[in-house]
Amino acid sequence: MEIVRSHRQVAAAAAAAGGGGGAGALPTYKAAPQLEVRLEEFELFAIDRLRVLKGISDGLSRGKRPEEMEKLVSELWKTHMRHQDPAETLNKDIVSHFVLRLVYCRTEELRKWFLSMETTLFRYRFRLESPESQRMLMTEFQLPYKALPHSEFEAVKDKLSQVARSIGQSANVEHVFFKVPFEEVPDLVASRRVFLSKGYAYVAMSQVVSLVVTQFRCNISKALALTNRKWTATIKEQEKDRLTPIVEALSNAYFGPDYSQPKDAVDISLKDIDQLAKSSFPLCMRHMLDKLRENHHLKHGGRMQFGLFLKGAGLKLEDALAFWRAEFSQKIGSERFDKEYAYTIRHNYGKEGKRTDYTPYSCQKIISATPGVGDHHGCPFRHFGEENLRAALNKMGVGGHALEEIMDKVKNRHYQVLYFIAIGLTEQYDIPELTGLSGIMKYTASLHINL
Amino acid sequence: MGRDDEPVDSMDIDGQKQQQLEALTAVQRGSALTISESTMCSGKLFPYGDFFKWLCYGNDGKHPGCDQSYVGRREFSLTLENDIYLCFQSFDNATELESSIKEKCPFKIDIGPVYSVDPSKHHAYAQSGNNVFVPVERELIFDIDISDYDDVRYCCSGADVCLDCWLLMTIAIKILDTSLRDDFGFNHILWVYSGSRGVHCWVCDSRARKLSNEQRAAIADYFRVYKGGENALKKVSLAGPVLHPFLARSYTDVLRSFFNDKLLLNQQLFASEERCQKILDLIPDKNVASELHGKWQGNRRSSLSKEDVNATRWDQLKTTLQSGKHKTQGLRRCVEEIVFSYTYPRLDMEVSKHMNHLLKAPFCIHPKTGRVCGPIDPNNCDDFDPAAVPTLSQEELESAYNAKLQQSKNSLNS
Repeated sequence: MEIVRSHRQVAAAAAAAGGGGGAGALPTYKAAPQLEVRLEEFELFAIDRLRVLKGISDGLSRGKRPEEMEKLVSELWKTHMRHQDPAETLNKDIVSHFVLRLVYCRTEELRKWFLSMETTLFRYRFRLESPESQRMLMTEFQLPYKALPHSEFEAVKDKLSQVARSIGQSANVEHVFFKVPFEEVPDLVASRRVFLSKGYAYVAMSQVVSLVVTQFRCNISKALALTNRKWTATIKEQEKDRLTPIVEALSNAYFGPDYSQPKDAVDISLKDIDQLAKSSFPLCMRHMLDKLRENHHLKHGGRMQFGLFLKGAGLKLEDALAFWRAEFSQKIGSERFDKEYAYTIRHNYGKEGKRTDYTPYSCQKIISATPGVGDHHGCPFRHFGEENLRAALNKMGVGGHALEEIMDKVKNRHYQVLYFIAIGLTEQYDIPELTGLSGIMKYTASLHINL
Repeated sequence: MGRDDEPVDSMDIDGQKQQQLEALTAVQRGSALTISESTMCSGKLFPYGDFFKWLCYGNDGKHPGCDQSYVGRREFSLTLENDIYLCFQSFDNATELESSIKEKCPFKIDIGPVYSVDPSKHHAYAQSGNNVFVPVERELIFDIDISDYDDVRYCCSGADVCLDCWLLMTIAIKILDTSLRDDFGFNHILWVYSGSRGVHCWVCDSRARKLSNEQRAAIADYFRVYKGGENALKKVSLAGPVLHPFLARSYTDVLRSFFNDKLLLNQQLFASEERCQKILDLIPDKNVASELHGKWQGNRRSSLSKEDVNATRWDQLKTTLQSGKHKTQGLRRCVEEIVFSYTYPRLDMEVSKHMNHLLKAPFCIHPKTGRVCGPIDPNNCDDFDPAAVPTLSQEELESAYNAKLQQSKNSLNS
């Protein structure tokens, strides 16, 4: 992809190079297109695509069901990416994807996020394609799976029917099945949504999406690693006066609601903490407070995650120092606290060192933490073992059906969803037991939490 | 055979391996009858040569297309006295393994994966941070431990095991072995007694060895039904109007008969107030549960023998739940859920999910019980008795073991 200041290439080239997808024009981004792109477009296209991806991220966090996500993706795409001329749309689609690869290839965390959002975007766009278009895409992904011949289908028809019914679908609705090595559809195997025989999974057409998406994900993942190498090796330096600043700015861009100026700002004080913890703290923070009170100590990860949270909630520096000292000195004495720990707290408030005013961790960051032995930070929905999580939730007053639904979401790794449940977006769910927590939502909205 | 330009069919290499496995198993089975031939970690009796031949999977230099470095990239871990662990050990041949063991006298050997490079040199690669040191092959393994069933067995608890609760292991072997073969298409499966209270399963097919962590997790999840947890009373939840064919087959072929004909009586599942309550707690309709509870309160005063109580109450429960009289959702399915709760295999998920998980080597002696970790034939697993597994004692070492071992080695090589 050639980035130039002036001249613009006809977008037909995009269709040829970026991976066709037939009439539906769903590109697969196999190779960087041979296009010339204006510098302004470089940034603008990327920003529009980023809006789509952030919108998807938001939708996932709110636990939207697949049908809702499909609708959301369609709307987001129409709003931010669609052009009157389909060739132009395709051009923007491809260019923006490759630009964002540069932006999001640079760290593990960025790569994970980008991969996850692009895969989701692809999944729902694929679902919206026509059956012919879907079949063409399957071929493009080299999924040479032929539909089951009639005789073979008849032989296993009953079992296929049984599987369909076992997952709550009507029997005998699907007639097109593919025989696929089980290794290729781990998700379907894990959830027992396919019939297995002699190492093959019998996958329904409707489940094929899973196959395609797995491949797509794999391709993008490899591409990101390659892009990162190229970026580090040559591009970053080469482009330091032109593209690099844009790329670096894009990865920090924030597109959610503006929480930086809280409407009814509440500064919490020392005496409020325990009370607020019960009524308003998210599960992770409450847990750390409990452990801090119990052990009079928290390891570094916990001090950062919890400390910055309190700061974001409005705890003043003097109060913060008093808070941590009150606990730590019970274990190590106040002299040692002042010598070894007070500095870091002042540092977090921007009063030491490079004077950066640190902001609280986003859910994303908390979820991708890797707590080790003796650590209590991270996201309980992700990092607690099942038993401990159930216990913690029970302690919060969550049980019965709501608890099972939460545990089910945990199994499917919708961690951020659970954060929202925990902060009480109860209007979105029929979980009456959680209405008592809705106070947290307003409280948390006043925090600088970048979701 | 005129196939110079074709890669060697991996089945050929695996065919070799299958023969080795069977040979090893034959040695082991033969030797289980007399204590003499048993394997021994700290010295002379461990079948180093055959053990190595197994792990080579044909990469022993005798075939075109074999990988000379393969076996040297396999990780071993030796556990010495005083909890000293020697990890990332590797050996290029059986002799090296043997001398290392004789020198170090480990009381446990664990097997890890085959790595991309020699594991004993992994420090050199860790610095580069580019994922150069990674596992590339590893058998698909399962670990089933009887202590995971403590909430459903009354005869023993913790590390103890008897013939009555060993049934749970028999069930696990039958269900998993069938599924691994019929559903997943695997053929080279070794079941090993863990030496104290469980079984290990080694699936050695080439296809199995090459599975990624994600695929292993998928298989483990496919097998998973019991979802333990302190805060949930009901740990088996079989949703859906019908069962998946795998679960249905497991129930019809194995679980139901074991429950009805054996466990019900062996474990005296309804013989006390507490035990009855545990089962009643699994019924989603409290009215039905208390109706049954009331019925049984009354019956307690009659002079039924112990046997009658269990069978009678189970029959009553089944009748009530399946009568269709009560319209609560999930009531019919509850009968299966109870059976699954008390019988269905409980795997240690973590063991299966990660390629780099270490697992005790077959043919060792269990360090605490002294019992031989020998193979179990899945087709005859009903006859396995953990208490009858031979143990080794120091005196027996000194005697005619070597001679008998030599004898079986000779028959192997012929």
